[in-house]
Formats: sequence, structure tokens, C-alpha cells
Amino acid sequence: MGMTITEKILAAHAGKEHVSPGELINAKIDLVLGNDITAPVAIREFEKIGVDQVFDPNKVALIPDHFTPNKDIKSAEQVKILRDFAKKHGIPNYFEVGVMGVEHCLIPEEGLALPGDLIIGADSHTCTYGALGAFSTGIGSTDMAAAMALGEAWFKVPESIKFIYYGKLPRWVGGKDLILYTIGKIGVDGALYQSMEFTGETINDLSLEGRFTMANMAIEAGGKNGIFAVDEKTIEYVKARAKRNYQIYQSDADAKYSQVYEWDVSKLEPQIAFPHLPENTRPLSECGNVSLDQVVIGSCTNGRIEDLREAAMVLKDKKVSHNLRLLVIPGTQKIWQQAMHEGLFDIFVNAGAAVSTPTCGPCLGGHMGILAKGERALATTNRNFVGRMGHPESEVYLAGPAIAAASAIAGRIAGPEEVGVR
Amino acid sequence: MNLLQGKTWRFGNDVDTDLIIPARYLNTSDPVELAKHCMEDADPTFAGKVSPGEIIVAGKNFGCGSSREHAPIAIKAAGVSCVIAASFARIFYRNSINIGLPILESPEASQAIAEGSIVSVDVATGTITDQSTGKTYQAAPFPPFMQSLINAGGLIEYVKTKMK
Ligand code: SF4
Repeated sequence: MGMTITEKILAAHAGKEHVSPGELINAKIDLVLGNDITAPVAIREFEKIGVDQVFDPNKVALIPDHFTPNKDIKSAEQVKILRDFAKKHGIPNYFEVGVMGVEHCLIPEEGLALPGDLIIGADSHTCTYGALGAFSTGIGSTDMAAAMALGEAWFKVPESIKFIYYGKLPRWVGGKDLILYTIGKIGVDGALYQSMEFTGETINDLSLEGRFTMANMAIEAGGKNGIFAVDEKTIEYVKARAKRNYQIYQSDADAKYSQVYEWDVSKLEPQIAFPHLPENTRPLSECGNVSLDQVVIGSCTNGRIEDLREAAMVLKDKKVSHNLRLLVIPGTQKIWQQAMHEGLFDIFVNAGAAVSTPTCGPCLGGHMGILAKGERALATTNRNFVGRMGHPESEVYLAGPAIAAASAIAGRIAGPEEVGVR
Repeated sequence: MNLLQGKTWRFGNDVDTDLIIPARYLNTSDPVELAKHCMEDADPTFAGKVSPGEIIVAGKNFGCGSSREHAPIAIKAAGVSCVIAASFARIFYRNSINIGLPILESPEASQAIAEGSIVSVDVATGTITDQSTGKTYQAAPFPPFMQSLINAGGLIEYVKTKMK
């Protein structure tokens, strides 16, 4: 019987001809990563194992991105644990402030995630690299510790759900809207333990940026991974970045899926997720009048150059609403520099936005834009849980960059047309 | 250690890791510190009132959201002996097994057990008994591989034996 792309990658890394859903396997990993929150715990556990070395220093990545540039003494000490560990074990892929970026923007940009890879990360949004036709999934710190020692990890082969999207997306509608729509349809546990395979003509037309956004949020539907077939766009993206060989896998025509969803998205409206779950989605036309105190454009979901360009297109020659804070946070230093060269920062700053160095910052309520009690933010991030961006009685709404930019101008949830952008 | 008994605290569906341990406390990984804020954004009084050995009963998709192991660590360090839920989010499930926090999946028990009931749990067999009503429930048993992880005392101990 045929296999899905996910099954093929898992089988190859487990040294097997064939795997089936439900099977428990041990598989070799191509990369294991952690951040300033999860890696300190992993390093503590690693040291308990009692081995002198990590299995392969080139296959470990440490990215201090959540509370960096260090927001306080405790965070500085967490980051120091990563830095010292990287030095001790000769790990080249430790990214200091200045070359650092939000991990899931940075790893693909650095060519550390490639098609056919098996990647695990002590961060739930590690599923982002599925955009490149890799199997990648979030694990915990203890898993990270074990993987750093062994170079392998245990997996239960997931069932796969196939999503087919067709039709040309309307203007201002993109990957974020597709994934929010999907989560709204199937719920925050709609893909629990399963693989989400994104296909269809709409996906073929979608940029890599849009695919990263979608794969990123697979976890918000409970998914183990999100994955896309490799095409010319993928090759174009990895060609300039890959420093090692990679393998392309495709799902077989007779691969088995637990479910298949098929949606015509040619009339899809921009989607907004209301508090406090990503599944509480509404089309823009049904949002009503929701006033806002803050708008955040950035994160591993929508902090890439295409996202910033889209926001700038809306913000050009416009002003951010009085008493609203607009924060723009490019995902990596390279994205930051590119945006600067393209003149996007002039547009943002003229509009009255603050542009930050790359950080997770407000996305997880860490620093750099925390909400007070009763405040409301719209963000291009991926989670709107209770207290996610600050006070437990604050609110977060999720949307794509065009809606975020238009809402910052309007001072309430709005689309580009409502602020005079066509 | 396989037989646990304690009073229950109930939580709803989709309890996420930000409710279990808010990110504002993640600048430390000290279990004692984390325990002080366990479940804080779901019930700010929880850490103050939970006693060692007590049991959390929750709805579906418990532990959804982030991969932070701080979530099961906070629960374990707060003294909670076990979590019973209708279902668990996958990373939380993995993390709990890896660090040795007993978790049991039983939609029936999740629905029926009232807050404050005394419940006993046989982790090895997955049998849950509500002492207040006398009813018993059977949780899904762990596959043998996971049982061996649990028996070894968590993933690190398991890896240690594997590296020898
Ligand atoms: S940007 Fe937000 S979701 Fe992404 S890794 Fe950072 S904290 Fe997590």
C-alpha cells in the first residue's frame, strides 16, 4: 500500500521500507533545536545522562529568541546556559543577539531545515518546516536532551489528514487566512496526534512564506506536523541556502488518509480568530466593531519579508490611529535588513509604528509590548489564549498582516478597503 | 507508588499551557518557583489550596499549546499526583511520560467525576475508582514501549540504560 510523505520520511529515518499509522518507531534526526525557555531544562536533563558529548554538534541548534535581548537577570542567566553549553560542545549553530532571529524564521533561512529532513524542536511551532517538505514536530525539553545524546527519538507514526484547497485567493487573503479558516472548521483538537497535509491548486500558487505560516499553525489544530509537497518554489528557496544534500519525498497516489477536506477558497474573506482560542474564527465582515489598543506584526507565523511588505502596502502614507501602539517585529536580522533596504521602515515609522529588533517578545507575553488589564490587541501571531500577551484579563485577536495594518490605522478591526487601500 | 489516592480538582476543555504556567514565569525553570504559579490563569487560588497527592480532572485536549515542559513540571512540583482527562494534547502527553507525571485518558471518568471526590488510581492497570460514588472507569492502557519508559522512571533513566 502507498505511503504519505510523512510516512515516507519517518520510514526512511527509522531504516524501514514501510511504516503504518500507530506504529512506534525510533528514528534518526537531522536537527534538534531549543530556545532560551526550553533548552535550559534540556541541558539540565542532558547532564543527568552522563555523556560527554552531544551526538553531533552540527545537528543541534540553540536559539535564544523568547526573552532576548535579555529582559531581566533571570532571562540573562537562562541564555547564558545556552551560550556556555554551545561553547563547551562546539555547537556552531548558537545564534547570539545580532545574528539571532525568531527560531522558525531563522532555521529555514539558514538552510538548517531541508526537504525530507526529520527535525524535532523543543518548541511547539517547530512544525513550521513542513513547508519545505520536511517532517518536523515540537517535543519537550526531556526529549531534546535525549535526542542530543542519542541522535534519535521515538515517534508514533501519525495518521494523515489531507486538506485540498482550490480557487484563486481574493486580494488581501493569504496563508494566514487559509490556516485560520481550517482551524475554525476542524477545531483546536481537530487534527490531534495527526499529520496535516496541505495540497491543491491554491497551495501550488502560495508563496513559501504563506506555506510557512500555514505549517506553523498546524499545532493550533493539535496536529503533530503540517506538510507540503516539494515544488519549484521550494527548490528555489532551498537552492541558495542548503549546505548539504537533501531528499525529496512525495505522497503516493494510493496513500491512506484518515480524512480528506476539500474547500473552494476563491471567495474566502480575511479571517480573524477571536479570544481565547485560535478556532474562534470569523470572517472580517462578521467582526463588528472591535476597538484595539495594540497591533503586533511579527512572530514565527508572520514575521517574514512578504508579511512586512504586505503591511507596508497598507500603511503607506497612512497614520496609525491615535492612542494605538503598532509594533513591527521582523523575524530575523536578514529580514530586518531587507525591509530596511526596501524602505519599509520609512513607511512604518512615518505611520507612527515602532520597529523592533527580532524577538518573540509580546507574542508570548514575554516583554516588548505587554498588555494591561482590559486591553485588546490584534496580532499576526498564532495564539490568543487567556493572558497570552499580558494581563489575564487582556484579549488577543489573530489575523494576517494586511488586516493587522488596516486595523492599526482604523483603531479597530478593519480590512484594507475600509481605510481606503485597494 | 502505583496506587494513588486523592481529592480531585476539576478543570474544563482545552486547558492550554499558558493557563497551566503563564509565560511571564518562564524566565526560570526552577520547579519550586513554577509550582507557585501552577494553573494560575485558570484559577489564581489553585497553587495555594492544592495539597500533595491531589488529582486534576479535566476535559478534552488538556495541555494544548506550547511545548513547555514547565507545564507538567509545575503540576508535578505542586504535588499533584496524577491528571485524568478526556484527551491530552500530544506534546503535553509526551512530556508527562518523559518526566514521570502519571496521566490517564478516560472520557467517561473526565465527565463523571465531581470536584472534591476522593479518587483512587491504579497507574499500572489504568483503573480509576471514584470512592465517593463507588464507580470505576478504565483508562486506555499505555503501549508496551511507553510502559517501559514509565517503568524506567522516565526518558532520561531509559536513555541512561540505553547508552550503557
Ligand atoms: S514567535 Fe511566538 S509562537 Fe513563535 S517561537 Fe516565538 S513565542 Fe513561540
